[in-house]
Amino acid sequence: MSNGRHLAPRPGFVLDVDRNSPPIVFHHGEGFRLEKLPPGRSRVIYPAEPLEGLADPDGAIRHALDNPLGDSEPLRSLLHSDMKLTIAFDDISLPLPPMRRPDIRQRVIEAVLDLAAEAGVDDVHLIAALAIHRRMTPDELRHAVGDRVYDAFAPDGRLYNHDAEDPDGMVVLGETPHGEDVQFSRRAAESDLVVYVNINLVAMDGGHKSTATGLSGYTSLRHHHNVHTMSNSRSFMDQKNSALHASNWRMGKVLRDAGVKIFQIETTVNNDTFGRTGPMALLQKREWEWSTRDRMQFLAMKAGLDLMPSGAKRKAFSGWQAPYALTSVQAGEVEAVHEVTTANVYQQQLVAVEGQTDILTMGLPYICPYNVNSIMNPILVMCLGLGYFFNLYRGRPLVREGGVLILSHPTPWEFHPVHHPSYIDFFEQVLADTTDPAEIERKYEKQFAEDEWYIHLYRNSYAYHGVHPFYMWYWGTHALEHLGRVIIVGGDPAAVRRMGFQPASSLQDALEMASDVVGPQPTITHMKNPPIFMADVT
Amino acid sequence: MKALQFRRNLPRYAAARIAGGFVPGGGASAGPLSLVDMDPPTAPGPDWVRVRPRLSGICGSDLATVDGRSARYFEPLVSFPFVPGHEVVGDLDDGTRVVLEPVLGCVSRNLHPTCTSCADGRLGNCEHTSFGDLEPGIQTGSCHDTGGGWATAFTAHRTQLHVVPDDMDDVAAVMVEPTACGVHAALAAHVPDNGVVVVLGAGTLGQVTLAALRAHAGPRTIITTARYPEQRRMAGLLGADLVIAPDEVRRAVRRTTGSRAIGAPTIGGAREGVVDRLTGGADVVVDCVGSSASLTDALAVVRPRGRIVLVGMPAEVTLELTPLWHREVELVGAYTYGTETIADGTQRRTFDMATDLVRDADLGRLVTATYPLSRYREALEHAAAAGRRGAVKIAFDLRDEKERNDL
Repeated sequence: MSNGRHLAPRPGFVLDVDRNSPPIVFHHGEGFRLEKLPPGRSRVIYPAEPLEGLADPDGAIRHALDNPLGDSEPLRSLLHSDMKLTIAFDDISLPLPPMRRPDIRQRVIEAVLDLAAEAGVDDVHLIAALAIHRRMTPDELRHAVGDRVYDAFAPDGRLYNHDAEDPDGMVVLGETPHGEDVQFSRRAAESDLVVYVNINLVAMDGGHKSTATGLSGYTSLRHHHNVHTMSNSRSFMDQKNSALHASNWRMGKVLRDAGVKIFQIETTVNNDTFGRTGPMALLQKREWEWSTRDRMQFLAMKAGLDLMPSGAKRKAFSGWQAPYALTSVQAGEVEAVHEVTTANVYQQQLVAVEGQTDILTMGLPYICPYNVNSIMNPILVMCLGLGYFFNLYRGRPLVREGGVLILSHPTPWEFHPVHHPSYIDFFEQVLADTTDPAEIERKYEKQFAEDEWYIHLYRNSYAYHGVHPFYMWYWGTHALEHLGRVIIVGGDPAAVRRMGFQPASSLQDALEMASDVVGPQPTITHMKNPPIFMADVT
Repeated sequence: MKALQFRRNLPRYAAARIAGGFVPGGGASAGPLSLVDMDPPTAPGPDWVRVRPRLSGICGSDLATVDGRSARYFEPLVSFPFVPGHEVVGDLDDGTRVVLEPVLGCVSRNLHPTCTSCADGRLGNCEHTSFGDLEPGIQTGSCHDTGGGWATAFTAHRTQLHVVPDDMDDVAAVMVEPTACGVHAALAAHVPDNGVVVVLGAGTLGQVTLAALRAHAGPRTIITTARYPEQRRMAGLLGADLVIAPDEVRRAVRRTTGSRAIGAPTIGGAREGVVDRLTGGADVVVDCVGSSASLTDALAVVRPRGRIVLVGMPAEVTLELTPLWHREVELVGAYTYGTETIADGTQRRTFDMATDLVRDADLGRLVTATYPLSRYREALEHAAAAGRRGAVKIAFDLRDEKERNDL
């Protein structure tokens, strides 16, 4: 302990704040805040330390392909020379931040392609399974699959982005017993085998969602990316209590019944988001274990960031690549694979927490799944806070019903026009009218989903689909129903108010404002995330 | 009588321009406008009568004059010194309550035969303005001989006067003149059935034009830009389907019309997703602002072969006209009123239509505050900052002026 090294990764930890507790680092977009939490009634949840990565990732991958789980033959047995093979893989939204080279997708795809080459398979397509996310740029694709694969497949058009609006490229394969259309990539549907390559960063990823969502389009997505589903997913990170999960599983069955053969390869990574060394390493340390050098380094970094213009800060943070290590890889039949994957995710991320809190605080970082190499606009701030982070629980929400959520983020009224064109319109028109997810869905979703210009930009530029900001807003449905108030510290007041939240200039002000809702002397819990963890609340 | 008089005084004119540049309406304190005691204007002929104003509105063109921002175009069309004020409800000596139709056409100038426009009832298009028996002045309120509404009395030709219905109060009546401008603009817009119309600006002209479009055209959607909360609220009440901030108009029109958009290329920056101008757009844009920015917006959002109606009084503007040429856009002005040909082919005086609209749409509610003449500086500053202060129309209330009632 004395030299800061540990024999084994420590599990997650809940700190009860007392008078001797140091200020806590809050993420605050492309910056940080140091906040002193009230002693005696505050606690801080720390993630577990990063698990050790596999010593031989490539060997583990080959082993998984040869030793599948569930009702599946080894991959090499499924490959033959006259077949049509489609390899689909997770898009730019995973992992976060992007990982250092070699990306896990590269390792897995190279292993799959080696087997395909041995079997003499010529007809191979690689598809970034992005559903209605923005297309990946050539550089982003190259980073994900590596130079060798990119140079072999991209030039002749065999490596490309999924296009959910290609009228000739999509097909409806059937309907679930719940009346949900199952729309799918025609190329994947007509392939003899679909190999899916996943990076399972959080518990909601993977399984049937990989294909049923990643290779589908609005026709399918509208059945589960909606207010009803989100309201009935408590949480959507907890598969057993997620209507989103259930819908994807129903769709997965339709795919299987339609004859789509899927060989699922899932991977997990540790939570080594900021590295054990380097300028960001102290973000993974617990504050009371900081050395004098850490404190000096942090203060210097914070002072520098405070002086930098936002564009420069954004560029600096966007350049960060996480040194994630592969902790598991499993392949074979979708559901059998995903069960093991989920257990491995939980092993890294679950932190036991006793009881709920009156006020939940979060420092939101600079990145979420939808602003890689982009701008974290206000809608994405909402989605990250009230969607992803709020739902990172199993059992009960960390904050009690009627409690207050306090976010820390600059929340600039700023949008990336290339990546998020419909977000601008959503913010200007829809949220100016109402912030109620159900009303938004009823009044506006169809218009945005079918807007020809958005579709054009999604297909030909690098824009998220027109309906995407709706889904981001729906992502927060459960939180909006549950919470008594949302306050954003340090956010642009106009942007914060447009979303129906309250701006506060400091955490102290926010706590005072929160007391109007939860009363004096409330209990406070801070989610010190990222690195990502999931609260197991009893 | 008591009057606010505007004199030709170049140093004060320059001072007004500077003061108005710092504080809108500030030209009232530093410029050539002053409160004076003067003789009432002499009737230029037998058909002229004295009008004692009850309420007299402050218009955007008045504010431009006060702040030294009027176009030099008007220099030969006014005669100094003059008393501003052309939005008037007042009393005749026999007690009849009237509103003023201020345009000075051939008849009031004693020109016979009249020009073709005046013969057709299009007084605003008079081809003999600044000629005849009167000193130059396109309207009462800019002509030395007639006086104007910002006084306890002025003189008017009988053809300029419209009797106010008994059931219409003064506050509503003072809105008839600006409403007539809106009616004329709405009809000049030639809105196709089920078309999309954009109204730029939500001051008085924007609001009355919006009301007139709702009453006299059949658009599918009216989009209105409004900068301030009260303007937004009122625009919604008067029939706008979508009220948006001025800088949101291009995206809003794109969404509404299902158009695509073009982002102007820049060095090093991708422009897909940026909305600099539309490939389609609105059928009609009614510009009630009249600035370089508003006209640029209008050209960016109007569809090919669409129509832009310029209602707000412009001065000098800087404008890229290539889209007008390339997209074969019509740009037409809409000045004042006269006689309108309505959908069934019949003709009506614009003022009659405006009187009906003021009553039907309750446009008297647009009058937010009134001031006595003695507080003219405050009144003009309030009018110049009307939107920001939650107001629409500011007017002078002369009903309690001693000089008026002593006449």
